[in-house]
Amino acid sequence: MYKILKNEPIGEKIFLLEVEAPLVVKNCLPGQFVIVMAKEDSERIPLTIYDYDRETSILSMIYQVVGASTLELSKTENELFSVAGPLGKPSEVVTDIEKYRGKRIVMIGGGVGIAPVYPQAKYFTAHGLEVDIIYGAKNKELLIILDKLKSVCQNLTVVTDDGSSGKQGLVTDALKEKHDYDLCIVMGSTVMMKFVCALTKELNIKTIASMNPIMVDGTGMCGACRLLVNNEVKFACVDGPEFDGHLVDFDAAMKRMNLYKDEEGRRYLKALEGDTHSGHCGNCGDE
Amino acid sequence: MDEKIEMRNLDPERRSHTFEEVALGYNEEEALKEANRCLQCQNPRCVKGCPVNIEIPRFIKAIREHNLEEAYQIILESSSLPAICGRVCPQEKQCEKMCIKGFKGDAIAIGSLERYVADYAFDHELNAAQQKPKTGKRVAIVGSGPSGLTCAGELLKEGVDVTIYESLHKAGGVLTYGIPEFRLPKKIVESEVNHLKKMGANILLNAVIGKTITLEELENTYDAVYLATGAGLPKFLGIPNENANGVFSANEVLTRINLMGSYEEDAKTPIKKGKKALVVGGGNVAMDAARSLKRIGYDVSIVYRRTMEELPARKMEIEHAKEEGIIFDLLKNPKEVIIDDNYNVKGLKVALMELTDVDESGRRGVKEIPGQTEDIDCDTIVVALGTMPNPIATENSDIVTDEKGLITAPESVTNNPHVYAGGDAVTGAATVILAMEAGKKAASHILSDLGLS
Repeated sequence: MYKILKNEPIGEKIFLLEVEAPLVVKNCLPGQFVIVMAKEDSERIPLTIYDYDRETSILSMIYQVVGASTLELSKTENELFSVAGPLGKPSEVVTDIEKYRGKRIVMIGGGVGIAPVYPQAKYFTAHGLEVDIIYGAKNKELLIILDKLKSVCQNLTVVTDDGSSGKQGLVTDALKEKHDYDLCIVMGSTVMMKFVCALTKELNIKTIASMNPIMVDGTGMCGACRLLVNNEVKFACVDGPEFDGHLVDFDAAMKRMNLYKDEEGRRYLKALEGDTHSGHCGNCGDE
Repeated sequence: MDEKIEMRNLDPERRSHTFEEVALGYNEEEALKEANRCLQCQNPRCVKGCPVNIEIPRFIKAIREHNLEEAYQIILESSSLPAICGRVCPQEKQCEKMCIKGFKGDAIAIGSLERYVADYAFDHELNAAQQKPKTGKRVAIVGSGPSGLTCAGELLKEGVDVTIYESLHKAGGVLTYGIPEFRLPKKIVESEVNHLKKMGANILLNAVIGKTITLEELENTYDAVYLATGAGLPKFLGIPNENANGVFSANEVLTRINLMGSYEEDAKTPIKKGKKALVVGGGNVAMDAARSLKRIGYDVSIVYRRTMEELPARKMEIEHAKEEGIIFDLLKNPKEVIIDDNYNVKGLKVALMELTDVDESGRRGVKEIPGQTEDIDCDTIVVALGTMPNPIATENSDIVTDEKGLITAPESVTNNPHVYAGGDAVTGAATVILAMEAGKKAASHILSDLGLS
């Protein structure tokens, strides 16, 4: 069991989760993820690491409630049943930091995808690299950790779909305005990463995309997370989660994300409606 | 007539929709009858047929004498996981194959008797194996599958402190995530694991060696490390569209069903419930996957490129699969996954095959009949073509592996004298009992290298 120190909303349906996880914190690096289970019978949920503190052994994650499993997680108090990790490879910029010294780096985060941007930017800044961050969200209510981000970058550009904060527009619009970068690291929804990668390919900026497909074990055992990268099958959990964004087949990845949509939707509705769920509305597919 | 007492099985119709255990085990009367068939040979061949050399006639004699406590202790002298071996060992190729009675009639049902004793021990909470005083030596075991658990059991008996590191949230390795409930109930695995805990085993879950803790950290903390990481990486087909929605590894299907319990009504982890599944492959894992899918409501066919003769799965599993209505679609080799506009599987294109002469492996070869293909309709394809070792534990270490990723460990020891290895991680995917044999062997090497034997 892992002690929960914090599990509280920091934005609309967005939660900050802090747990004591000494073994994970001891060896983790930016770019890696963990798999958490709220209870013994819960789904295994992959979450990217938002922050870690080697002194206190506190591991922080940020997640959005999008289905029954994250809803259950958001209601979990005191203890988490399991936290496994760190999993996946650290960011190649972390493991090969000297190679990137003096390079102009932009990190792009969309939605809660901004969470894993933070530890990398923090690491780069602490190691003397200069980073700009572009942060895109639907609206003001969904913006999180702005002060934290400002503290680890040169320039923070916020864009929202509705213009309720920062400029109105998409992250790609912001990148078009200023694109004198040597490296782009993008994290967020698959569709957003697809468009960013299409643009950076045009702009000839090397791009790393952090993929977040469906996973079960997170150790290479099941292959649920497989992706096509340069037409080769890769497992996001062990070969990634970060890949050369110009080689990832995003269309295939997006289609694979839909695999359990029906089942998840049904479970989420049931979980939201609890005992009042009748199944008669026809929306959830239950009889 | 001196016929063996067959274990009763759950009715095939009923079991094709439940995950209850198929083989029901002996009752006391049946066990006694079967035990009384044993000739109690002076030079028992069966013991030689057993990879862990259980003293079979001795434990059978104890059953006859109604002394099941004694029978259990005799088995524990040689095996750490009797309830599991009694269920999943291929006895017909091992102890029972060597049984003298088998030459003229039915061999003694040794596996069924072993299971009877072990189940009795759990039901009556019999004592754990005898242990020697603590030696002060400490060993880390990586992986809680059959090899790791066996090695742990052997070391604990000799007074060694053991910590087992498991990457998943439940102990048991392939016994937990791979072999289905209807063949090996998870409560049996839990009982075996609890037995080791009673003996003092410390089990650390969610610990991915190579990530959470490095192998080097273990080497620095323990007197020896045993790598029993198994063969957990699935192979895929290498044919067009195999990333489509509806193509799964057998590992994924089995993990969702067995480890995550997704067959249960209120399961929180989903599994795709389609109509028609093709399972590609002919080994035990293919049978397990096919029979599991049948139970969640699929029509299932096994697609195999040779014929029934060459199927590598255990006879009993093939029989059970047939009884449950699994179709065997033979002499067909997958060429391409057929998909719809949404990237969903809608069929499998296969080449029709024909047998050729016996090759050097002793099996008949097989080749495609030129130009002959067939499209088989399905919404789900499960690939059960074997597995490879998972490199996570060793990839950033000095441990030498071969070109297939197998750890090189002659005589149980790797190139690093403090690091031992065995089971599927060394041999490639094999059976539970061979993994146990390797665990036992490694334990004896570790004990002797630590000066404890």
